[in-house]
Amino acid sequence: MTEFTAQDVIRPRWSPALRARAIRRFMLAGLIIMIGTGVAAVCLEIFGRSLSPLWLTVGIVLPSVLAFGALFVVFAITAHALLGRLLKRLAFVLFIGSLAGIVLTAWGASLLFGLVDRIVAARPDPIAQTIFGGELTTDEIVRFFAATPEDPKALEAPPALEFVAYLLWPWQFRLLRDLVLALVILGFVSVTASFAIWWERKVAGRIQSRLGPMRVGGWHGWAQGIADGLKLVQKEDIVPGRADGPVFRLAPYLVFIPVLTAFLALPFSDRWVLRDLEVGLVLVLGLLGIDVIGVILAGWASHNKWSMYGALRVAAQMVSYEIPMGMALLLPVMAAGTLRPGAIGALQSGGFHTWLAFCSPFLFAAAGVYFVASLAACKRAPFDLPEAESELTGGFHTEYSGFRWAVFFFGEYAAMFVVCGLAVLLFLGAWHSPLPASWGESLAGGSWWQRGLYALLFSGPAWFIAKTYALLFVHIWLRWTLPRIRIDQVMYACVQVMLPMTMLLLLGQMFWQLLVPPDGITARAANIVCTLAGAAIVAAFVGTAGWGYLNRRRLVGPLAVNHLPGS
Amino acid sequence: MTAMPDAMFTSEPDLLFDAARDGPDGLRTEEMLINMGPQHPSTHGVLRVLLRTDGEMVVEAVPHIGYLHRCAEKIGENLQPYQFIPKTDRMDYLAAMNNNHVFSLAVERLLGVEVPERAAYIRVIMAELNRIASHLVAFGTYGLDMGAFTAVLYAFREREYILDLFEAACGARLTYSYITIGGVTFDLPERFIERLAEFLDYFEPKIDEYDRLLSYNHIFVKRTAGVGVISAEDAIAWGLTGPCLRASGVRWDLRRCLPYEIYDRFEFDIPVGRPGGGGIPRGVVVGDCWNRYFVRMQEMRESVRILRQCIAAIPAGEVRAKVPKNVRLPADEVYFEGENPRGQLGFLVVGDGSPIPWRVKARGPCFCNLSITSHVCRGVLLADVPAIIGSIDIVLGEVDR
Repeated sequence: MTEFTAQDVIRPRWSPALRARAIRRFMLAGLIIMIGTGVAAVCLEIFGRSLSPLWLTVGIVLPSVLAFGALFVVFAITAHALLGRLLKRLAFVLFIGSLAGIVLTAWGASLLFGLVDRIVAARPDPIAQTIFGGELTTDEIVRFFAATPEDPKALEAPPALEFVAYLLWPWQFRLLRDLVLALVILGFVSVTASFAIWWERKVAGRIQSRLGPMRVGGWHGWAQGIADGLKLVQKEDIVPGRADGPVFRLAPYLVFIPVLTAFLALPFSDRWVLRDLEVGLVLVLGLLGIDVIGVILAGWASHNKWSMYGALRVAAQMVSYEIPMGMALLLPVMAAGTLRPGAIGALQSGGFHTWLAFCSPFLFAAAGVYFVASLAACKRAPFDLPEAESELTGGFHTEYSGFRWAVFFFGEYAAMFVVCGLAVLLFLGAWHSPLPASWGESLAGGSWWQRGLYALLFSGPAWFIAKTYALLFVHIWLRWTLPRIRIDQVMYACVQVMLPMTMLLLLGQMFWQLLVPPDGITARAANIVCTLAGAAIVAAFVGTAGWGYLNRRRLVGPLAVNHLPGS
Repeated sequence: MTAMPDAMFTSEPDLLFDAARDGPDGLRTEEMLINMGPQHPSTHGVLRVLLRTDGEMVVEAVPHIGYLHRCAEKIGENLQPYQFIPKTDRMDYLAAMNNNHVFSLAVERLLGVEVPERAAYIRVIMAELNRIASHLVAFGTYGLDMGAFTAVLYAFREREYILDLFEAACGARLTYSYITIGGVTFDLPERFIERLAEFLDYFEPKIDEYDRLLSYNHIFVKRTAGVGVISAEDAIAWGLTGPCLRASGVRWDLRRCLPYEIYDRFEFDIPVGRPGGGGIPRGVVVGDCWNRYFVRMQEMRESVRILRQCIAAIPAGEVRAKVPKNVRLPADEVYFEGENPRGQLGFLVVGDGSPIPWRVKARGPCFCNLSITSHVCRGVLLADVPAIIGSIDIVLGEVDR
């Protein structure tokens, strides 16, 4: 009998004997259930020909389901007991693997869809694809791969090709493709949210000179987000007695689903977008607006005065920030001349200085205005009034707990990604790297290491996600630094300061485009100044953060490092 | 939405029901009653404030207290004074040393005991250290009230060292019972003074860090400047003491004005509230939340000054006068007030010739300071209520006793 320590609570030490006994017991229980069910089934098979459907259900179907359930449970428990330690050790690898898996799935899917599109396009009479697909047959697919498509002998292709054809055939249906991509997006959002929860807590910890989560998962508590999610999912489902039940239940999904839908029009790279819509930006803005209705309903349905305050605050805040936000977005739209996200992104491929934020001083200012408004859109500090913990005890989600509360926060982090992604798309060069894309063209078709270098330097999705996460970090950084603004100050700042400012910016940009020739000396000078200013901001941030990190021990003071002795 | 009428707790009849009235556009609007507390993140304990609100405007705020009442005074009438010292710890539990100090001084005056020189210095060191610790909590939690979450962790990081020092001196980290009648219970441990000096060198620059993080933060100033203004007349009329009084521009500090212990030997300033301009952010007026907050920040610097002088001058010698345990209290009464971090804590001790006092009465600064809440929280925004209550810096353990 070893001594019981606090470590046992955190990470129980199972002795091998104990583990083996547990496994034996579970397997025995499973075996008994299975044998019992089997005997019952055999008995019914022998005697049950004359039984009614009810008896058949009770006697055969139900035991079978139970047996399968038992088998599954036994399998899961045994697997955990046998592999638990291994899983824990490999957990970080699994986490990174799931992220990579999602990206690779999306990549593979895009390759697959491109291939199918090429087959469709190669038909003698290319048909328009509908959501239910063209009328591609497997024969056509086989013929596409055969050397000479006209040769009827090609149909006697090796069976492997036929198999490939059957695999490819379903992907001509857009419905199926969208379903797969929606799942990919859901996976991406889940991973992003669970990562952002962990990241936020780690960043908060570092800002507050503590460590943040360190336990769950081993390496710096990386699994904290997942553990938080699991904890919330298994909590009791509570709806307050006098709450408006259906609305209360509906509200979290009304927050989450529109944000998820907004990913529909968010391009992660060239052609890495579900639907590159002509009105993509309007769609995203509109969906972010629906989000607010969910919050209002949540506050109203909770039958709690604090919740109602949160709901009404979010309404007041929304009418304040939405207009400056939309108008700030109009500037890059005006500069690009299109609302199509893909086209706006493609415009900024010429390197750091061609990113829209640096194209004119008005766009540069609009980027700042948009970022402030985007903080308000996500209900993030200093605009976190709807949940204002120290005033409203939690605001609109005071009465929420467990899974629904988790859905709210899922939605919040997803919304943060969307608004930051929008900022990256419209102002910060979308998916392009700071180097001009033309530099990469010679690399793209070169040898394997040149192509590798190209992927490293110019990979669209990687740059888009990296830039968005950088802005996400600023969101987190501000939250743990700034106090909260008062509601009248929010409305004053948005309506009386930001709104006139964006109007002036809009006018300025209009005249800029009208009067300043794009290749003239003024435009070039403004471009250089704005680019330098942007580079200076980035350099100052990286420099200060790096300096602070390198000198963190000195900055925190001697006593924080060398704790007082004898205490 | 109507609130439950709570006649049991409400003294004012017009607060019983939501008042309905006609708005300017003919729409019928209702005022809403809402309970802030007793379980609420920014009431600093179990304070319950009943708010009558009109939208975001707070028409009236009535604090209700008593959730933490533990009959401290009555207990004091059944124990010998040295047994009552631990009960004083539990009053203002963030400044237990100061409570011990004031009660000990009151009883010593009643008994006519002289405290040894070294004990007096140790008492001042402990009182001033605890003043810093208490103001650190005030600073941190005020940041929390304003929605700035980081301040509290910085404050607690530094407070931790003070608690380590206290622990080294007396073994306790919150309820010390260290200062006692006739002196202090133990002499300082080895290297205490060196470690104290080390801490002061570390701590002083940190105050500038707090100022950069919170005090001069634009949003913070906007939230607190000109909010909850208490004029000097009001402050005196409502019996405000401590930083709340000084923030209103009244230069009144018992350590200086009616010196006790050995405070007359030290050089220190009495920070008072100042209007905006000249280093003070614009928009700040005397007696507002920002000044109440900032007076505390400056007092921490003054405490550091006092502590440095103590380190330089502390003599060797006895730490406790000879006071027999079962001393009979003379049939006399003493009322003594001392300057606590939150204001003037007073103890009335009445003896009747027996070892147990006939009456012990405490005058808690938080109780008096809190009383002005309903006067100040009129016509403010909902978000200002935590700002005002936080700036008054109450500890419910002392309000309710």
